[in-house]
Amino acid sequence: MVEAKKIWQYLEEVYDPEVPVLTVVDLGIVQSVDIDGERVEVKITPSYSGCPAMKRMEEDIIEKLNEKGINDVHVELVLSPAWTTDWISEKGKEKLKAYGIAPPQDEPDKSVLFAEPIVVPCPKCGSKDTKLISQFGSTACKAHYQCNECLEPFDYFKCLK
Amino acid sequence: MNHLFEYVLRLGDDSLILGHRLSEWCGHGPVLEEDIAMTNIALDLVGQANSLLEYAANVEGKGKTADDLAFLRIDKEYRNLILVEQPNVDFGHTMMRQFLFDAYRKILFEKLLESGDEQIAAIAAKSLKETKYHLKHSSEWVIRLGDGTEESHRRIQNALDTLWRYTEELFYSDEVDESLRASGVLPDLSSLKQEWTNYVHAVLNEATLEIKEETWYFQNGRQGYHSEHLGYILAELQFMQRAYPGMEW
Repeated sequence: MVEAKKIWQYLEEVYDPEVPVLTVVDLGIVQSVDIDGERVEVKITPSYSGCPAMKRMEEDIIEKLNEKGINDVHVELVLSPAWTTDWISEKGKEKLKAYGIAPPQDEPDKSVLFAEPIVVPCPKCGSKDTKLISQFGSTACKAHYQCNECLEPFDYFKCLK
Repeated sequence: MNHLFEYVLRLGDDSLILGHRLSEWCGHGPVLEEDIAMTNIALDLVGQANSLLEYAANVEGKGKTADDLAFLRIDKEYRNLILVEQPNVDFGHTMMRQFLFDAYRKILFEKLLESGDEQIAAIAAKSLKETKYHLKHSSEWVIRLGDGTEESHRRIQNALDTLWRYTEELFYSDEVDESLRASGVLPDLSSLKQEWTNYVHAVLNEATLEIKEETWYFQNGRQGYHSEHLGYILAELQFMQRAYPGMEW
């Protein structure tokens, strides 16, 4: 019988296809790993309802575990508790930054209209002089920013709480 | 009638039809950022529709999938609000439709967190986080356009005048809601309308827009009676599955 610890290690080798520096574990979408004899059940939760990468990650988890010799793998999608960007690991946040995506910051209440956008440091040059271009970016989970200092546009992994 | 199935279908069809409507903007947005914003919101809505219709299919227990419900029903079997099937017209019109809906959806999902049905509560919790972004986006546009130029004001006032007659339906309630309320699936929704009215009035006021009350409000979507627009949406939405049954890619 395989140990749960081992499965978690294997899951560290499954990457998010849309943010390929993050593993499913870094992203915080793996809720639990349950082992019953030869049967392994992995519960994952979607980041966004319509995230098109979920199906792919589900398949990749099965493929990776099969590759490791575990054949009876079941991936279940659970909605509760709902994912939040707080579940992205510290290591994950560092990896995001190194990849050029600003990691989530604590954000003000979204019910305040025209609120001053929060300061998101530029992941390229580190400047805090940046501006929000749009709350909706290249994928459901990102906003679009630009650095006023080095002028680079960049993605910001926006807060979901 | 299976009341739970009927209720979940109503929620799911609202998301599906509005998501499809918004997706029509793909490649046609007034600026690139808004093109991306509208398609992102469409994606969230279609994602929510997937969760809801999958649950509806489970509740129905006839071995159907979310796809069967989305693609293989006829117009009279759709339970969405008449508001969400209304055409895009222009950007202002689209934002006004979105605003009226988002405000309703956000308040409704907040209440559904207390649903006695675990899956409804879970979908509400998930969707609420996304809906807060949608509402902020549509509210800010309503204010910008209403309190903007003469032309933007004229257009979005026009949109409000056209769409207001579909707003009473947001609070439509029948034996489906009543029985689910009695069995504890639905929490008390009696303050929904007042909360919606307070929020919507505050934003419209800031946007310098005026509500012209109607003498007649459309509210038959929940029973499957729709405007002519739904048929055209379904013709496009369902074409592939109708022409090539069971096709996948």
